Amino acid sequence: MLNKGTIEKLIGIVGQANLLTARQDLVCYGYDATQMEFLPDAVVHPADPGEVAAILRLANAEKFPVFPRGAGSGFTGGSLPKGGGVVLVTTRMNRILRIDTDNLVAEVEPGVVTEKFQQEVEKLGLFYPPDPASLKFSTLGGNVAECAGGPRAVKYGVTKDFVMGLEVVLPNGDIIRTGGETYKGVVGYDLTKLMCGSEGTLGIITKIIFRLLPLPEAKKTILAIFGSIDGAAKAVSTIIRGKIIPTTLEFMDHPTIQCVERRFHLGIPSTARALLIIEVDGDRDLIEKQSEQIRALISPLDLVEFRVARDAPEAEQIWKVRRSVSPSLRDVNPDKYNEDIVVPRSKIPEILRQIEAVQKKYDVPIVNFGHAGDGNIHVNIMIDKQVIGMEQKAQEAIREIFRATLNAGGTLSGEHGIGLAKQPFLAMEMGPEQMALMKTIKRAFDPHNILNPGKIFPEANEAAPFPPSLR
Amino acid sequence: MDSLRRLEKEMKKCVRCGACRAYCPAFLETGREPAVARGKIAVAQHLLHQDLPWDGLTREIMANCLLCGNCTMNCPNEVATDEIVIGAREALAEKRGLPFLARAVSTVLRFPRGMRLGAAIAYLLSPLVFRKIPATSGLRLRFPVPFLGNNRHIPPLASKPFLSSCPEVLPGKPGAPSVVFFVGCMNNFVYPQIGEALLALLQGMGCTIFIPKGQQCCGLPALSGGDLETSRRLAEKNLAALGSFSADFVVSACASCGGALHKFYPAVLGKAFPELQGQAEHIAGKTLDASTLLTRLGWQPRGSGSGEPLAVTYHDPCHLRARGVTKDPRDLLKHAPGVKLVEMEGADRCCGLGGTFNVHHYETSMGINRGKTAAILRTGAQAVVSGCPGCMMQLSDGLKQQGSAMRVMHTLEVLANE
Repeated sequence: MLNKGTIEKLIGIVGQANLLTARQDLVCYGYDATQMEFLPDAVVHPADPGEVAAILRLANAEKFPVFPRGAGSGFTGGSLPKGGGVVLVTTRMNRILRIDTDNLVAEVEPGVVTEKFQQEVEKLGLFYPPDPASLKFSTLGGNVAECAGGPRAVKYGVTKDFVMGLEVVLPNGDIIRTGGETYKGVVGYDLTKLMCGSEGTLGIITKIIFRLLPLPEAKKTILAIFGSIDGAAKAVSTIIRGKIIPTTLEFMDHPTIQCVERRFHLGIPSTARALLIIEVDGDRDLIEKQSEQIRALISPLDLVEFRVARDAPEAEQIWKVRRSVSPSLRDVNPDKYNEDIVVPRSKIPEILRQIEAVQKKYDVPIVNFGHAGDGNIHVNIMIDKQVIGMEQKAQEAIREIFRATLNAGGTLSGEHGIGLAKQPFLAMEMGPEQMALMKTIKRAFDPHNILNPGKIFPEANEAAPFPPSLR
Repeated sequence: MDSLRRLEKEMKKCVRCGACRAYCPAFLETGREPAVARGKIAVAQHLLHQDLPWDGLTREIMANCLLCGNCTMNCPNEVATDEIVIGAREALAEKRGLPFLARAVSTVLRFPRGMRLGAAIAYLLSPLVFRKIPATSGLRLRFPVPFLGNNRHIPPLASKPFLSSCPEVLPGKPGAPSVVFFVGCMNNFVYPQIGEALLALLQGMGCTIFIPKGQQCCGLPALSGGDLETSRRLAEKNLAALGSFSADFVVSACASCGGALHKFYPAVLGKAFPELQGQAEHIAGKTLDASTLLTRLGWQPRGSGSGEPLAVTYHDPCHLRARGVTKDPRDLLKHAPGVKLVEMEGADRCCGLGGTFNVHHYETSMGINRGKTAAILRTGAQAVVSGCPGCMMQLSDGLKQQGSAMRVMHTLEVLANE
C-alpha cells in the first residue's frame, strides 16, 4: 500500500486530475488481454519524460513498484500490477513529433496508436510495416516493449527491425538516448535492441525513432485452399524456396476453417483441409508475375482453389476469413490458451503433425492458425474452465507442444512475450547461465527492482525455480 | 442486481482485448479506461461480486456511455455492452434510486395521458436544461430553466404536434403496401416536417399509412436511464398500438426510436419481461428505418433537379449504423436529382448526444461533437443530413456554437423537397 504522503507527492508531479485512486478506476487498470487481474494502488498519467523521471525517482526513494502500461492489450500480463503499486500509463504522450522524408525516419512518443502512425506516414508515401493484430488500439511504446510482430513480418520483420533509437527513462530516473537516426552505428553496446522486447522491465520508453520504407505501389491478395494440411504446410516453404518472399503468408487449419464457416458462411469449399492467405506487394508488374509464379509453385500440392482478389473489396472478403477466426473460436469452448510458438519454416508440417498427436492424446480441442510464413503459429487450446480437469489437461498439452517446438529448433513465443503467463515454461527454453546473466542485467538497470517487478523471470525459489519435469 | 445477474454470461464474453478503445467515442475523447466498454464491463462484474461501492462515481462511469453500439459492432466477441450498461443503470436505480434526470424523465413519461404537450416539452428539453455539475459531487443538478445561456441552441417547438394534426389512417391504392408509422417524441414535437415528408413520400407510392393514436414515447430515454419499469409500460402500450393495425411494415424516421423497436424491445425488455417477448419480436421483425423502407419499395424521384444541386453531407446516426443501415440513406441521396452527396471524414463517428449522456457528461459530449462539427464544415456542403432528429438537434447546436448557419436536414426532407 502506498501511504498518503507518497500519494501527495505523486499528485505534486502529475496533478490531481492525472492520478486515480478510486477503486472503480483501479479495477480498470488491473487487466489486460490475458484476463488476469491485479489491482494497483494508484494509476498515474504523466504528461512528459520529466514527469516519468520524477515518478521513478520517487519510486526508488520510497521503494514502490511502477508498472508501465500502454493500451493494456498484451497477451502475457506484461503491464499487470501484480502485487500492487503504481500503474504508469503512457497514453498522454501521444504525439508524432516528426516524419523526415529526406532520411526516411520518424520520431514519435510512446502513446501513439500504431494504426494512426501508419496512416500518417502513408499520407507521405512512406510505410511502417509492423502490423500486430491489435494495431488499431495498441500503442507504439507497447509494441516496442513487447517487440510486437504481425503478418507482414515474413517480408519486413518485426517491431525491433524498425527501431533505430530510443529515449528511455531508467528506473533510477535518469533519461538516456540510445541509438540514433543513422542506419549505421557501433558505438558501445546496442542498448536499443536490448530495450526492444524487454517488457517494461529495464526502462520506460518516452521517445522512439523509427526507420521507414517507401510505400509499395500495389499489393495482391490471394486465397489458396488446400485439400490437406500437409499441402498447405509444404506450400509455405515451397514458395520461399521459389525465391518469393510474400508480404504475408497466413495459415488456417481445418478446425479453424470449420469454426469460421459454421459462424460466418464465407463460402469455403467443404473439401478444404487448410488454407493460406497470401499477399505480395511491390510494383504492379512484379506482383502480377509473382502471383502467377506462386500458383505454379503450389499447384501440385493438393491445391483445391486459388482465388486472386481483383480489387480492394475482394481482398477485403479474403481478409474477412482471417478476421473471423477470433470471434468464432469461442463457439468451440468459452476459454482459451493462446500460445504463439515459432519454428523454422521448414518444420511447420512436422510441428502441426505433433500438435495433432497432442490433441488426440489429451482430447482437448486445438485450433491452429497464424503467420506460417515466418513459422509463427498461434496454437489455441480451447477449453471450458468450468469442466473439471480440463484446465489441467490443457496445461499438460501446452507443455508437450512447447517441448516439441523446442526440439524442432523453435521458440516458445514469437510476439507475445513472457510476462506472467509464460513464466512457468521459461526454463524449458533458457538455460540457468543465460537466465542468471539476464537477471544480472535487470539488477544493473534496476537495483531496487521497482520497475515492473515479477515479470519475465519467476521470482519464487531462486535456487530451483522449476520442477525437474520441466527441464 | 437481477439485471446484472441476467447479463453475467454476456459480461464473461469480454476478454479485455482492448479493441473497443479504437471505437468508443467517450473513450476517444477522455482517454481514460473507465470510459471504454471493457472498463465498464469490468466495473459491472465487480459490482456483481459486491466489491465496488454503488456510489456517485459508479453512477458516473455507467452514465458515461452513449449506447451507440459502436463497441459491439467492432468487438471480436460481439459483447453487448449497451445491454450491460443498461443493466448496470437499472441495478443502480434499484440500489440508489433513479438519478434526478432519469426521475424527471420517468415522471413525465408516466404522466397519465402519456405525452402531454407541457410534460413533453419539459422532457424533451430536460437533456438541455438539466446539467450536472461537477461530476464528482454526486447528483447535484442545476436547472434554472431559462438559463439556456451558455451558448446552447435549442430548436423551437412545433406549434402543433404532428400526431394531433394527422388522421389515424391514410388509405392508399389497393394492392400497395401498408405501413404503420411510429412517430416518436422528437418528430412529434420538434420536427413535424419529418413526419410530413415521410407521409408525402409514402403516399406518392400509394401506400396505406396507419398512424396509431395510442402510441407513446418509445421508452428509450427511460430505458437508458435504468428505469425499466417505465419503459416496460411504454413498450406495452406501443406494442399494442402498433399491433392493432395489420400492416406489412412498421416504419420509423428516428434512428433511436427505430433502434428501440428493432433492438432494445426484444433484447432488453423482452429478456427482462418474458411476457413481452413474443410481441416485441413480432414488431421488431417488421420494423424498418424509413430509408430502408423507401429503398425496398423502390422510391423514384419525381423532379429532374434542374439548377444548382444542393451539396449535402451525411452523418450516420449510431442507432442506424448499429443496425447496418448506412448504404440505404446514401443511395437515396445519390439518387435524388437535385442533390450532390459529399462524404465527410468520420461520417460514422457519433455526434456526442447519446440521449441523457449529453447532460451527465456535457464536456465529453461537446468534445466529441467538436470533432464532428469540424469534419462537417470541412466538406463545404450546404446542408448536413441525418436520419435521426436527436443527432439533428446536436449537430445544429454544434454548428451554431461554431458560428455556422449550415442547414441541418433529415434525409426524408431532402427527398421530399427535391
